[in-house]
Amino acid sequence: MPIDWIMGLAGGGLIGTAAAIYLLVNGQIMGASGIVGGLVDGSGRHDWAERAALIAGLVLVPAVAAFAMGGAQTHLTSNWAVIIIAGLLVGVGTRVANGCTSGHGVCGISRLSLRGIVATAFYIGAGGLTVVIFKHLLGVI
Amino acid sequence: MRAAVSLLVGALFGLGLLISGMTDTTKVQGWLDIFGDWDPTLAFVMGGAIVPMAIAWRVTHGRKPVLAASFPPPPEPRLGRKLVVGSTLFGMGWGLSGLCPGPAMASLSFGGTGGWLFLLAMLIGMGLAPGLRNRLDASPQPV
Repeated sequence: MPIDWIMGLAGGGLIGTAAAIYLLVNGQIMGASGIVGGLVDGSGRHDWAERAALIAGLVLVPAVAAFAMGGAQTHLTSNWAVIIIAGLLVGVGTRVANGCTSGHGVCGISRLSLRGIVATAFYIGAGGLTVVIFKHLLGVI
Repeated sequence: MRAAVSLLVGALFGLGLLISGMTDTTKVQGWLDIFGDWDPTLAFVMGGAIVPMAIAWRVTHGRKPVLAASFPPPPEPRLGRKLVVGSTLFGMGWGLSGLCPGPAMASLSFGGTGGWLFLLAMLIGMGLAPGLRNRLDASPQPV
């Protein structure tokens, strides 16, 4: 659908604007895994309130917007084993790599960071291969 | 003040993830599915996000952040095994579920029990990460 890429571009623009404000005002990199991960392992204890505020906005504003839009769907698999394994992999992987789609992807690539570009190549490559294997070969997802 | 800015940043981030379709796992898995019914939306989201951020990085030159002492240091030139191993594990989980950390949080209100289960597993995974980091640091680095 042509509307999908327009919404993608507009939503992407909002994500990039959010990251730009976080950098220019607070002097920080908007990486979702680092912001929440720092609260999990204690490395972000000193600025926990700022992290919690960001997460509150990230959770609550889509809640209100989705309600106003008449609901939204994630279409997440109902297979609990897949959900648990995927969640564990995303959690451990993003913290070991020190970044995810927002930190390495948006914030890293935009400053032409080699680490951001390499990380993005690996997670997209691994993600694509996983979809090929688990969807087309095994039919699990 | 910095917390209020963080709240605004989270709000814009979440709204962007929702309207771009990135909280819909079929769009993310559709982008990764190069041999299936390929969905290009994610590339537009990435492109749309990278443009304002690239401008912001240029603005940082010779300046200071409004509410902080300094900007983040330049990225480390070393890649290292943690970057490669971690990104590969993350990509596998991303492909399996279609969720990464930002959208996992942004979709909590409408993602049902599965969404909360994913978040819980992700937080546990994050708690396990320091152990794996130490193991990877202890072995010799090829890259």
